[in-house]
Formats: sequence, C-alpha cells, structure tokens
Amino acid sequence: MARMLGAEMFFETLIHEGVDVIFGLPGGYVLKVYDVMPKYGEAIKHVLSRHEQGATHMADGYARASGRPGVVLCTSGPAATNTVTGIATAQMDSSPVVVFTGQVPTPYLGSDAFQEADHIGITRPCTKHNSLVRRTRELPRAIKEAFYIATTGRPGPVLVDMPKDVLIGEDELEIPNEISLRGYKPTIRGNIAQIKRAVEIIMTAKRPVVFGGGGLIWSGATPELIELVHRLRIPVALTLMGLGAYPANDPYFMSMLGMHGSYKANMAVHESDVIISIGARFDDRATGGNFPKFAPNAKIVHIDIDPATIDKNIRVHCPIVGDAKHVLRQMLEFIPKDLNIDRREWFGKIDEWGRQHPLLPKENSDKIMTSHLIDMLSNITKGDAIIVSDVGQHQMWVAQFYNFNRPRTHITSGGLGTMGFGFPAAMGAKFARPDEMVICVAGDGSFQMNMQELATAVENKMDLKIVLINNEHHGMVRQWQTMFFNKNYSASHFDVMPDFVKLAEAFGAKGLRAKRPEELEATLKEGLYSDGVVLMEIVVDYEEMVYPMIAPGGAMNEMILEDIEREMIVESVDMA
Amino acid sequence: MRHTISILVDNEPGVLARIAGLFSARGFNIESLCVGETLDPTTSRITLVTSGDDWIIEQIIKRFNNMINVIKVQDLSELTHVEREMVLVRMEATPETRPEILRTADIFRAKVIDVGPRSYMLELTGDQDKITAFLEILRPMGIKEIARTGSVALAREIQNNKRR
Repeated sequence: MARMLGAEMFFETLIHEGVDVIFGLPGGYVLKVYDVMPKYGEAIKHVLSRHEQGATHMADGYARASGRPGVVLCTSGPAATNTVTGIATAQMDSSPVVVFTGQVPTPYLGSDAFQEADHIGITRPCTKHNSLVRRTRELPRAIKEAFYIATTGRPGPVLVDMPKDVLIGEDELEIPNEISLRGYKPTIRGNIAQIKRAVEIIMTAKRPVVFGGGGLIWSGATPELIELVHRLRIPVALTLMGLGAYPANDPYFMSMLGMHGSYKANMAVHESDVIISIGARFDDRATGGNFPKFAPNAKIVHIDIDPATIDKNIRVHCPIVGDAKHVLRQMLEFIPKDLNIDRREWFGKIDEWGRQHPLLPKENSDKIMTSHLIDMLSNITKGDAIIVSDVGQHQMWVAQFYNFNRPRTHITSGGLGTMGFGFPAAMGAKFARPDEMVICVAGDGSFQMNMQELATAVENKMDLKIVLINNEHHGMVRQWQTMFFNKNYSASHFDVMPDFVKLAEAFGAKGLRAKRPEELEATLKEGLYSDGVVLMEIVVDYEEMVYPMIAPGGAMNEMILEDIEREMIVESVDMA
Repeated sequence: MRHTISILVDNEPGVLARIAGLFSARGFNIESLCVGETLDPTTSRITLVTSGDDWIIEQIIKRFNNMINVIKVQDLSELTHVEREMVLVRMEATPETRPEILRTADIFRAKVIDVGPRSYMLELTGDQDKITAFLEILRPMGIKEIARTGSVALAREIQNNKRR
C-alpha cells in the first residue's frame, strides 16, 4: 500500500470511480488538491468554471446527458454556498452530482474561521446525503460512499466536506472495492404479488394511459416501455422530466402532460380509467395541483424507486416500489405478445381531442414567434440534438414543440425551476457527449444569470450553440401578470439589455442576431453549423403566451386554451 | 393522533439534526425526543413522540427510511408497546408542606433523591399519564422546576393486534 497525501487519495479514488472530468474553482482550503492536480491531468480533466454555481450546473448537465455522476470541486464558505442552488436543482430532479468542498482544518471547525461555513448543515435538506471527513485515511471510503449513494436507488446529489488537515495529511491509501451501508438498501425488483395485481388492473382497462416521468430516463427503461405500450396499445403522456423517454415520433405518444401539456394528453389522463405512472411523482406542475380532482375515475398503478413518493400527493391503488426498467421487465412476463386489444374507441376519443385543440406553433409575418422558432429548430436538427433549456416560457415551448426521440436529449431544471441552469448545464452535457450537437435554448432573463460561463466555454474551445430568446422580459412572469394580475407588469420588463452579439464577441465567441421572421432560418442554420461557441440572439414577440395552461390549483381538464376572458380566472388563483 | 416512533440510527454526528430537520421542514413539532446508545456502540435508538395528521406522519416515516443513517423505523403506536418516562421535580418544601409531598410521593412510588433546607427533589418513572397526574397533584404544593426525559419505548414480545 502506498503512503500518500489526502489530496492525492482524492484523485486516486476518483480515478478508481472512473471519473474523467471535474468542474471546479480553486480556493484556500483545497489548494493542496489543486497543487497535486497536474500529476493526474492525463486521467482527469479539470474545467475551470467562473462561478461555483456554474460548476455545479455543469456537473448536473454532465450527469443528465451521460447517466454518470457529475463531479464538482471547490473551496469552503462562499464557494460552498454558491453550489447550493446547483445542489438543490440536482436534488429536485434526482441527478447524481457529487460535490467536494474544502473546509477549515478540523481543530478550527465552528470557530468562525476565514471562509468557514457549515456546509453539512446548509446542504443537509437539499442533498441525498452528505458527510464530513475527519481523518485522511477515511477519505477514500467517504468518496466511494458518496458515489455509491449518488448513483444508486433514486439518484441525487451528495456533498463531501474535506477539511484542510485531511487533505494535507498523509496515510496509507486503501480504496474499498465494495460499499455496503446497513441503512441503505434500495429496492430494485418489484414485489411480484403487486406486479400481478398491476397487470390485472391494466389488462381490464378500457381507457388506460401511461404517465411517464424522469425515472424512466434514469433507469434506462425506454425499450421496456415501448414494448409494454405496443403490446397493450396504451397512449403515452410524459411529464416535463420524462420527455425523451418515449419517442415523440411514435403514434402512441400524446406529448407532454401537465400545466402546459397538450390538450389531448391532459384530457386523456383526466378521462382515463387506469393510469400507469412510471418514475413520476405527481407534482403540482404535472397534475395541475388539484389533487382531489385528479383523474377522478382512474385506478392508479404507481411504479417508483422511491417509496416516499408513493401516496405523497395522490392516493394510489397499486404501488410498486422498484427500478422502472426491472419492474417493466417483470410486468412484461405476464403480458402476452399477441393481444390485439381493440382500442379504437379510446384512440378515437384521443384523436378527437387532438383535432379540437391541436398543439400548433404560431406564425407571424412581422415578428418571430418563439413556438415557431422551436418548431423550426426541431425540424432543422431532425429532433436529434441535445437540447438544454433554461426556465420560463421558452422552456415550455421547447417541451411542446421540440420532438425528442431519444432519452437524455432533453435537459432542463424541472423541479426547482432554476433560471441560469441552462447554459452551464449545456456545457456539462457537451463534455459528456462531445460527438453530439448540444444546443442551449435560453431566455434573456435566464441567460443573464450565468453568462459569465461564456469564458469557460471559449477557454475549453467548446462546440456549443446558444439560442438566446430575447423578448426583453421575464416572459413567464409577464404571462402570469397578464393572466392573473390584471396586466400589472411590475418588474418584468428589462429597461436595459446588453448587446448580446457584442457580449458573445467580448468573450471570444461568435454572435449572430435575427430580428425578422425571414432572417430566422438562415441565422439558425449559420449558427448551428458554425464551429465553436455561437450565440444566436433571436428577438421575438414578447406578447406570445404559452397555451394550453392549467391555472394553478386547477384540474387537468380545466385548461385555459387561448384568449378567453382572463378576469374570470384571476379569482381562481390560490397558489403561486 | 399521537405517534411514538422508534428509530434505530448510526451513532454519528449530525444524525439527530437530519431527523429533526424533517419535522421542522413540515412545520411539525416534536413533543419529546430521547436518544441513547444501544448495546452496539455504533447505533443509537431515538424515541420520538409527535402528533399530527396520520398521512403526513406516514410520509415522514418513509423519509426516515430513505435516510442513509437510519437503519430501522417503527411506528410503535401501531403495535402493543410499553412506554416509560422519567421526571425530576424540585418541590418547595416548608414545614407545612413536607408531609403532604412525602405522602404524595409515596402514593405514586416516587423517590426522594435530594433534600435541602427549602426543597425536596423527587424522581418518578411511569407512562405519560402517570407523570402528568403526578405533576397535577404536586402543582398546588409549589413546584420550583422540573426536568422530563421524554418517552422511551419498546414493542412487547406478544402482540395482541390492537391495531391493524
């Protein structure tokens, strides 16, 4: 066994874990780690972010695009607190991010030393787990445990706090091969009696729907889902986090459900008699938030790896705790291949809803409409790019009009709704999958929250495209003000905007701009097929609104479709 | 409903904060909390008493189970179980009240564990009802201060299926 520094053990263990890139920023108490880093430069690439929040979103984007854990390294105090938004984002969307923070030497813990903060206390509610390493020889085990916890069961972020004396101390390197924790045994296989019950419920359904979420993507259950859907002829609706888990070009796909879901997907869920929910947690954005009025005639089969999601918002009839891929495989054993179920009546109804209120992009000869832009982006890239969106109206249009056909091609902050996530996450996704086209679609508000990372992107000579939707507003805020706050546009307009083309150029990136509908296609094509970091600023109509919309606290069949008397709904809002 | 929850956890710093954090995040109060090492020095048992909506308590228990440092959780309210609590009471003791305090202590089988010129200290063990009754009887005689441990509890070996 080799004797070495804690800082060296850090890299040895990361290499043992198969880590090839870390996102970080140096500072006081992790300087020893940065000091030994060049020795490990062959195996592990370090991406120097300009802000620790950026680094954390990069690691998150890397994890979501690859399915492998994303790694962050930073110092203590402000660096650690800067990661908190990124950690909470990863927690809400079950993303395996492992954050390593430096810490004051153990004898100074709790003494209000320079750049000291209680990282463990601060991140306790927003991590899956966290730990403080007290001795050098315990470091490899703590790191192995962090990766094990982050990547197994329902994935999530883990923080490891490393005091300076642990990093500069010396000891024998001992990396455990296996991790076993007595308090942590995720259930992977579903209970067979429950699976039989679920199959029985599904087989007798007249109007079944699949309600699929992000868990499908984390477990890699797409092939099993397609098989199940085709055998049983069940229409599929996905949550925002589930997009990509089922191909959008498949006839059984009904588009996204929820607050801005398609009319037919929401109506189908509402009118269904059996809901097969897989890897989704029935949050208020997916269900409309009116839990008692949710799908009143449906029996619900709920497949989820996290027992705490069962019965949390919606009482379910048949829960199955387990990994989606495993459980679906188990179910398929009980479902014959040649069923030929006649679903003409049910699909007839769904098609009718689709005809009544189709999800269509808007076109205008004077102004660029964002929905049209996203539709065009989907066509130009044939639905095959990795799209990383930010948060707001553009995020919903991406979800509605980009045809995601493969898992891990749609990346967005769904649960926490973190503006500023998109651009750094897109960088992380590009590091994870360098051979694919990665496009960040950001709003002007969101982009300005982490635009400093342009420097990081240019520094790393990335091939990354940014479609920046400029409507000079916090668009979704404006939409809510239009609909629910008597058009009182308080603080949603930007009086000063940077010149985004010049901004891109200032960082050494390429900048393009389209203002008129006739310029749009050429600008997108030029930007997407140029090398390097390209920012395409698209100036769009600021009055376009996202429809359909379930007002907060509404049921899934209570959609606001287009310009109706908005005064009527102002009263009905009871929840933000 | 009142729930007595027994939680077996890793005996490590920060575990108690995790447990307590789930309650504060939900805006729930913990009525009492008792922690002590078990026979295995690497584990502790937490006995926690709370009241609240059964559905929310069920959710909190599921979240306990999700915690890496939690080994086992039991809602003892669903089982036949024994609960005990201890209280120390410092009584104002004047020549007039001393005999009555001693008589009451005797009736409840409490012990006098400290005697001073102006006070008695009593120790009593029992379930929550007994402790409450004891304090109610003592109150008019002049309680100076009390310290209660909160409940500790274990399931009985023989379960008579009182619930479920």
